[in-house]
Amino acid sequence: MKLYIKYDGIVACRVILQEQLERLDIKYQLLDLGEIEISGVVPPDVMAELQQSLNRYSIFIVDNEKSQLIQRIKDTIVQMIYENEKLPSVTISQYLSDKLNFSYGYITNIFTEHTYSSIENFIIIQKIERAKKLIIEEQLTLTEVSYKLNYSSVAYLSSQFKKVTGLTPSAFKRIVDKRRSISS
Amino acid sequence: MISNKDLMHILIADDDEDDRTFFSEAMTELKMNNKLTLFNDGKDLMDYLTDPEITLPHILFLDLNMPYMSGFECLKMIRANNRFRDVSIAIYSTSSSEKDIEETFIEGANIYIKKPNDFTKLKKVIKEVLNINWQFHSSGLNKETFFFSI
Repeated sequence: MKLYIKYDGIVACRVILQEQLERLDIKYQLLDLGEIEISGVVPPDVMAELQQSLNRYSIFIVDNEKSQLIQRIKDTIVQMIYENEKLPSVTISQYLSDKLNFSYGYITNIFTEHTYSSIENFIIIQKIERAKKLIIEEQLTLTEVSYKLNYSSVAYLSSQFKKVTGLTPSAFKRIVDKRRSISS
Repeated sequence: MISNKDLMHILIADDDEDDRTFFSEAMTELKMNNKLTLFNDGKDLMDYLTDPEITLPHILFLDLNMPYMSGFECLKMIRANNRFRDVSIAIYSTSSSEKDIEETFIEGANIYIKKPNDFTKLKKVIKEVLNINWQFHSSGLNKETFFFSI
């Protein structure tokens, strides 16, 4: 038989972190956005074991300041896109600038310098990722999806979807459905 | 730790020597650090992939029309093996039929490329493909619903 699952990567990641930290008896506090406050000193061999066990889950401890900021930018964007029923109505530049406490100019420069992409591009890809999830997992109509993701119309959502994937949302759904029926 | 300095491992299987040359020239002009391995046909590719010692590629480009073992057959074999679940597969072909495109996605390809006629266009296409593939790889996005048709 086949099971279909729906999951929340952010919650799963948090639980994994808790389990691993507790297993190694490390006193911690999970802060927002990929930050963990560790109390006391952790001996290097324990730290190495923590890194190794987290790596199995594709979770990495980021030790470079710029990489940390990039990760925070990405996490903030993902949270913005997934957190609410509806995307915030304030502009994205304002949102990021407020949340991260840097000017938007600085944020975009760092991001572009250190990834192969721009923030705008990253945001669009993430929005379309969420659109895919909403279409497949929650079976929402395109109207509902465009409302949730703050697109001014279904046409605009479809055109951005097509730009990012090369497929229309309905072709996408058709392909995923057919793929699933093949593997059963 | 994933960073933009990471090396992208790319495999290409194409029986046409000119096409292989075009691809590798296009790749060398890109910003991203990449390590390219070329194969003349599907059988050599599959022999290579089944070696347990290799580093898995990030992305694999398959020409649809190859003798002995077509890109489609390779695609099916690779997707039947869980070991390659995280490898992105890009199929390219001269066909622009919607049906063919959807068929390759249904069989597990992530990317479909309509072979452009000139080199400048090809470079642009490859750049976009590698860019978006890298986005999916470095942001841990879901490969199973990763599709890109160009």
